[in-house]
Amino acid sequence: MSNFSSTLDVSTLPSESRGGIALPFESRLRRARLGLLVALVGIVMIFISFTSAYVVRQGLPTLDPGTNTLVRDWFSVRLPSLLLLNTIVLVISSGSMEAARRQALRGTRNGSKNGLSWLALTVLLGLSFLIGQWAVWQKLAASGMYLSTNPGSSFVYLLTGAHAVHLSGGILALLAACGATLLRREAESRAVVVDVAAWYWHFMAVLWVYIFCLLKFAR
Amino acid sequence: MATGEFAGHLPHAHAAPQGFIRKWVFSLDHKVIGLQYYFLALTAVFVGMLLSLLMRIHLIWPNLSLPLIGEIKPETYLSLLTMHGTIMVFFVLTTAPQGGFGNYFLPIQIGAADMAFPVLNMLSFWVTFLAFVVLVAAFFVTGGAPLHGWTGYPPLSALQSAGTGQGLGADLWVISIALFCLGALMSALNFITTTLDMRAKGMSLMRMPLTCWAWFITAILGLLAFGVLLSAGILLLLDRNAGTSFYVPLVVVNGQVAAHKGGSPLLWQHLFWFFGHPEVYIAILPAMGLCSQLVSVFSRKPIFGYKAMVYAMLSIGILGFMVWGHHMFMSGMSPYTAFAFSVMTMAIGVPSAIKTFNWLGTLWGGKIRFTPPMLFAIGFVSLFVSGGISGPFLAQPVLDIPLHETYFVIAHFHLIMGVASIFGIFAATYYWFPKMFGRMMNERMAQIHFWVSFVGTYAVFMPMHYYGMAAALRRYSQSTEVAYMRDLLPLQQFITAAAIVTIAGQFVFLFNLFWSMKYGKQASDNPWEATTLEWTTATPPPHDNFAGRTPVVYHGPYEYSVPGAPNDFVMQTDPAMEKVSH
Repeated sequence: MSNFSSTLDVSTLPSESRGGIALPFESRLRRARLGLLVALVGIVMIFISFTSAYVVRQGLPTLDPGTNTLVRDWFSVRLPSLLLLNTIVLVISSGSMEAARRQALRGTRNGSKNGLSWLALTVLLGLSFLIGQWAVWQKLAASGMYLSTNPGSSFVYLLTGAHAVHLSGGILALLAACGATLLRREAESRAVVVDVAAWYWHFMAVLWVYIFCLLKFAR
Repeated sequence: MATGEFAGHLPHAHAAPQGFIRKWVFSLDHKVIGLQYYFLALTAVFVGMLLSLLMRIHLIWPNLSLPLIGEIKPETYLSLLTMHGTIMVFFVLTTAPQGGFGNYFLPIQIGAADMAFPVLNMLSFWVTFLAFVVLVAAFFVTGGAPLHGWTGYPPLSALQSAGTGQGLGADLWVISIALFCLGALMSALNFITTTLDMRAKGMSLMRMPLTCWAWFITAILGLLAFGVLLSAGILLLLDRNAGTSFYVPLVVVNGQVAAHKGGSPLLWQHLFWFFGHPEVYIAILPAMGLCSQLVSVFSRKPIFGYKAMVYAMLSIGILGFMVWGHHMFMSGMSPYTAFAFSVMTMAIGVPSAIKTFNWLGTLWGGKIRFTPPMLFAIGFVSLFVSGGISGPFLAQPVLDIPLHETYFVIAHFHLIMGVASIFGIFAATYYWFPKMFGRMMNERMAQIHFWVSFVGTYAVFMPMHYYGMAAALRRYSQSTEVAYMRDLLPLQQFITAAAIVTIAGQFVFLFNLFWSMKYGKQASDNPWEATTLEWTTATPPPHDNFAGRTPVVYHGPYEYSVPGAPNDFVMQTDPAMEKVSH
C-alpha cells in the first residue's frame, strides 16, 4: 500500500539547505513572523508582570517605626527631560527601520542588495538611544536617585533597564542583518532577517512609549 | 516500511551532521534534543528521589548519622525539601513530558522534518541544562542549598541573612529558575510555531493526535506563565542583592532591622502562583494527551469524544490562569476574593471530569491490551482521580485553612501533579521506546516496575492524607518532639518503608531502559499497530523523519476497529480507507 512519490535523501541536499533555504520565501517569512509574534507575547507577559508589580507596590503602605503608623513610602521620580529626547530618537529609528524593511523586501523582487544605509542609520539611532538612557541613569544618580533609594526609583531603573536589554537584542539582530548585507547573502535570507528585526524594533518603540507614559503619568 | 502516502520531498532545515559534537552534543535535530531533555530529566529525577529518600529516613530516624552526609539538621532538611521540590517540578515534570517527548514526537506526529527553529531549540536545551547545573551547584557553595522551599516565599528568600543557605545558595536558586524560564520560553516559542506552521498536508488541527494538542496547549501556558516567573525572579534578585524593597517589608532578622521597608511578600505570592498554578497543568497536560492516545491505541477504539477532549484541555488551560489565589487562602485575602477563586477552582473539576469519563468511555467495551504503556496509562487515570478528588476539598477556603500546612496537601499534589505526571512519563517511555531505540523494552521487568510503582505510590501517599487530617504538619524535620505527632510515628514509618520499596522498584525501570537499548527484542516499525505518523516511518526515524518524503494525512488519529478496514486500524496516511473513515 506504500505510495512514495519521491525517494530524495535529505543528506544529498545542497549545503544551502541549512537555515531552511529550501523553503519558499513566503513560507520562511510567514514562519519567522509567526515565531516573532509568539516571542512578543512572552515579552509582553514580562512587562505586564512588571506593570502589575508597579501598580501594587505604588499603592502599598509601609509601617513607620517612629510613629508606628502606616505611611506611603513611594516618591514620584522627576524624570530628566533627556528621556523625552530619547523617546523621539527611538520613534525616528522606527521610521528608518521601516524604510530598511521595505527596501529589503523590494530587493527580493528586483535583486537589489542596497539597503545597508537605512539599517546602519537605525543601528546608530538605537545606540544613541541606549547612550541617552545611560545618560538618564547618570543624571538620576547625580540627583541622589539610585536603584534602591525608593520604590519609585527602583521601578524607573528596572523598567528602563529591562527595555534596554531587549533593545540591545534588537541591535544585535540589526547587526546580523548588516552582516548579511555586507557578506552579500542571498536577498531573501536577508529580507527575512530584516523584516523580523523591523517588527521587533517597532514593538520595542511601542513598548518604550508605553513605559515612558507609565513612568511619566502614573507616578 | 510501514504504510502511508507521501507527496514530494520534505525540505529539511539542516543537513544530517557527521561529527560526534554536532550530532550528539550541540545537535539541531529535534530527536536528539528530545533525548537530551529526557536524559537530563532522568538524571534529575534520581537526584530528586535521593533527596526525598533522605528526608523520609530523617523523619523516622532523626538522629541517624548517614555516611558522607552525617546527621541531618533541621536546616539541612529544609534544603533537601527545597531542592527536591525545585528539581522535581522544573527539571522533571516540566522537562521530560514537554522538552523530552514533545521535542521528539511533535514534529513527527504532525509530519514535519524538525522544529520551526532548530538553533533556538538547541539553545533552549542548553540553557535548561545550565539551569540544572547552577541549581545543583547550590549544594556545594558556602552555606549550602537554600531552605525557602520550591515556592521561594519572601522575606525568607529575599534576605541573605535569613538563614544558612540563604546566601549564595539562594542566589544560585533564583538564577537557575530565571535560566529555566528563558529556556522554557524559547521552547514554547518553538512548539507553538511548529504546531501552527509546519503541519503536513491534510493534518488539520482537529486531525492532530491529542498528544500534539496537549503539547501545543502546554506551550501556550508556558509562554504566558514563565515570563511572569522570570519577572518575579528578577525582582527577587534585586531585593537580595541591590537593596530594593519589592517584596521585603520592614523586618527584624536575628535582632537586626533589615535594610528594607515597604515591600510586599504577597506580591511575590501573586506573581509566583500566577505562574505556579498553570505550572501544574504544564506538568500534567502532556500526560493527559498521552493517556488519551494510549487508552485509544490499546483499547482498539477511537477516543471517546475527541473534540470534547480538546475543548476540555483548552478549558483547563484557560481556567488554570484564574485560580492562583487558591494557593493563598492562608494569606488573609478577602473572603469574597477567596470565594471567587474557590468557585473557579471547582469549575476545573468539570473539564477534568469530562476527560476522565471519556477515558473510561474509551475503555468501555474495548479490546484492551494490557501492555506496559497501557498499564501506566490506566495507572495515570487512577492517580488522576485519586489525587484530583481531594482538589475540591482544598478549593474550599474553610477546609484549606486547617489543611494547608499539613501532609494532606503533600498527598494531594504528589498524587495528581507528581506521580500521575511521572506515570505519564513512564507510559511514554514504554510506548515510544521502540521508535526511539529500535528495540522493545522487557515486558516482565516493566510489569514488575508498574505494580511496585502503583501499589507503592498508594502506600506512600494515601496514609499521608490521614496523617494530614490528624493535623501532622508539613515542613517539620522532626515529629518526635510533638506529642500528637509522635503518636503517629508508626504511620510515618510505614510511609518510609513504602517509599524505600517504591524507590527500589525504579531501579528495575532504569536497568530495563539501558538493558533493552542493547538486548531488547528488535522492534518493527509499528509494534503497537497504532495509526499516527511516527509509526509510518522507519525505526528509529531518519534524520529528517520521513526519509526525504512529505506525508499526506487523510484521517484522524484514532481510527481503530473501522468497519470494512482490512486491519482493525487505519493509518492517518492511508488513502485507501478514505471513504470509510469517520
